[in-house]
Amino acid sequence: MTAFLQIQAIEKRWAHTVKIGPITLDIARGEILALLGPSGSGKTTILRLLAGFETADAGRITVAQEDVTTAPPAQRRFGMVFQHYALFPHLDVGENVGFGLHGAGSTEQVAAALALVDLAGYERRKVHELSGGQQQRVALARALAPEPRVLLLDEPLSNLDPALRERTRRELRQVIKRVGITTVFVTHEQEEAFDLGDRIAVINAGRLEQTGTADELYESPANLFVATFVGRANVFRGPAARALGASAGESVLVVRPERLRFAGAGLPGIVRERRYTGAAAFFLVEGDQGERFEVLAEPDAARVGERVYVEATRAIALAEHGARP
Amino acid sequence: MALGLALLLAWLVIYPILVVAGDAADGAALREFFTRPGEWAALWASIWISLASVVLAGAIGIPLAFLFEWFDFPGRKTLGALVALPVVLPPLVGVIAFLFLYGESGFIARAIQAALGLEQAPWRLQGAGAILLVHAYSMYVYFYLFTRAGLAKLDVSMLEAAQALGADARATLWRVIVPLLRPSLVGAAMLTFMTALGSFSAPYIFGGGFRVMTTQIVATKLNGDLALAMVETVALAVVAVVGLLLLRRTEGDDILVALGKGIAPRPRPIRRRGVRLLATAAGWGLAVVLLLPHLTLLLVSLVPYGAWTTEILPPVINFANYGRLFSEAERLRPMLNSLWMAAASTGVAVALALAAGWLVVRRRVALRRVIEGLLALPWALPGTVFAIALAITFSVSEPLQLRFVLVGTAAILPLAYLVRALPLTGRGILASYRQLDPALEEAAASLGAGRWRTLARVTLPQLKPGLAAGASLAFVAGLGDIVASIVLYTYETRPVSIEILSSLRLSETGVAAAFGVVLMLVSALVLGFGARR
Repeated sequence: MTAFLQIQAIEKRWAHTVKIGPITLDIARGEILALLGPSGSGKTTILRLLAGFETADAGRITVAQEDVTTAPPAQRRFGMVFQHYALFPHLDVGENVGFGLHGAGSTEQVAAALALVDLAGYERRKVHELSGGQQQRVALARALAPEPRVLLLDEPLSNLDPALRERTRRELRQVIKRVGITTVFVTHEQEEAFDLGDRIAVINAGRLEQTGTADELYESPANLFVATFVGRANVFRGPAARALGASAGESVLVVRPERLRFAGAGLPGIVRERRYTGAAAFFLVEGDQGERFEVLAEPDAARVGERVYVEATRAIALAEHGARP
Repeated sequence: MALGLALLLAWLVIYPILVVAGDAADGAALREFFTRPGEWAALWASIWISLASVVLAGAIGIPLAFLFEWFDFPGRKTLGALVALPVVLPPLVGVIAFLFLYGESGFIARAIQAALGLEQAPWRLQGAGAILLVHAYSMYVYFYLFTRAGLAKLDVSMLEAAQALGADARATLWRVIVPLLRPSLVGAAMLTFMTALGSFSAPYIFGGGFRVMTTQIVATKLNGDLALAMVETVALAVVAVVGLLLLRRTEGDDILVALGKGIAPRPRPIRRRGVRLLATAAGWGLAVVLLLPHLTLLLVSLVPYGAWTTEILPPVINFANYGRLFSEAERLRPMLNSLWMAAASTGVAVALALAAGWLVVRRRVALRRVIEGLLALPWALPGTVFAIALAITFSVSEPLQLRFVLVGTAAILPLAYLVRALPLTGRGILASYRQLDPALEEAAASLGAGRWRTLARVTLPQLKPGLAAGASLAFVAGLGDIVASIVLYTYETRPVSIEILSSLRLSETGVAAAFGVVLMLVSALVLGFGARR
């Protein structure tokens, strides 16, 4: 089966130094894809290329086999939720949601879109009277009302306070899955990408580092950047790596904190700090060569100042740069 | 498109000036200008009158702003709005109101004369003093409004920080408040200086033998000495530019913008009963003084021709003058002329400013600084300069030099008003455009709206405050214009201000006042509409 939304070798150059791509991505119909990366990595630019606010310098974007690379935003039928929502302040909620609709039946469509985001009856409210979470839902309803082919979300939860974020995230995923719309969203938070995305594309410095499910990224990262950006990771080199079982050809060993455990032998070190989280504790250990790493273990597994030995239950061997050996 | 707009603006605002400067540079007129003492006297008078106007306007406007922004007393809100009232008087209307009120045959002089049984009027309203009086009355508003806006931006926590660091009230004022207000004060000073330097009505009516550069230029032009008028125009332009540059050096950066918006100090109620009564009485007294010109104008407009001679109060009051205004075709025409010319110039100025806003803010074209500079330039030069420049440039037919005969046609006055309107609409619309989140227009586009639908339903509604403010100022400026009109009008296209002058010349004070009242009311309505949020 061919992908519904295809990004083929797309490129965007700003100055001589700043370049995005070439990036190739296939997104299946109904799939939610997260673009995850640090700020300045180019993930928002990719989203804006998809929306048509920027034009690509090379490459193609197709949706359902139709080439939209140079189509203006108004003709793409892509819905977008902006980071700060971009609700029209001079229009009320109903007029905002109905902005992309035409002709008869639009009143019902507005009502249906608002009901979808649990804001039925809010048509005549002023935008500035709404809470941040409600504004976010209006922005979602407005983007979905014209029944777009693809939904784009730019950091959709970054403007909400942390307590609200988790609940909104679940609701957002439910709405998207109920509509069944193909979705691309941008985030710099790994938890958000894991929770909301079916698949995640990790972007760094304008390049696509790896695409995969949350499990794949966490358990088998393609390179050192993905390994350290997605989840907590201890990076071991040289003697320390060999002490944890690296073979001679493997230069870097990445071990997640929960994959390290205190044992009778292995990599020696001294516990410097203990951070208690309730169910478990993080132990910051300083090795004999001065390397520092974290061990996630039972809260009473070690004491600060104690000399310990650490072994890895699962380690990921990577090359210093680029792909896995 | 950017190049097209830049060229059009350059043709409108720079080209005529260059033509005049080029013509003025050679010839005997230059020598004549430098050798005639009257020229130097007029130039010097322009400079010192403008500087004195700044000082006087500041001395009235700044304390008033502090009073209304920081202290609470009965009637504060109403009075605070009333204090800005001189703004609704177009320059010429303000001047004739002063003439009717404080002139030697005016209301007050007549009352004092009758009360003391004097043979003659107690004073003559003439010369530099009279000009300064009118300037102080009409220009303190700039200081008042700018200072209030600056005070409203002050962060109360900054004042508290100064106090916590041990500064007393006086140290806080001089070391914190005044430095923070500096951009506002310099802005008001520049506006006052420019307005005073370009002021024409007050010196024209009250100057007598006392000439400033604007009246000197118009007199020379009316005498037919075009070459000398051009040299005088260039001299005035040079003074304006040098003055602006000097004032600008004192401006400094707008530090408040960098620090973000704080919470302004709340007005403090005046506790002591006596002081509060005094402040209230002074406030209302001030309001009466400020309103007197408006009321006098209204009163004079109700007095039929020849009915009021030596009495303190007019013996007859009716609407005869207004009847004549609207029933006599020859009197109605100037009204209609002014309305359509101001509307046309405002419409074009808004359209050009919108195009400029889009190119400068959205597209960030390479020429954006040029376009912005051209839009703002007419503000930096007195209206007389442009009037003479347009009169010279568009009185010959040289299509290859882009010069056409427009003087004497219906097009020249709207064109002159347009040049003066560009900085007003440009400033308002550019400022609004900068505050407009580009995501709003992108959101409209992603919802399927094309360029025109986005403009009509998202961009224009969002630009409305700045657009309405700029357009209303531009319209009122065109409606009340005298500076350009007196140089460029023809009988067929004569605007209201010219009709007021000729009514005065015929001693038809009632009709002149009625015109003034109509202008005042239309201006107030339009400005009120423009300031609506």
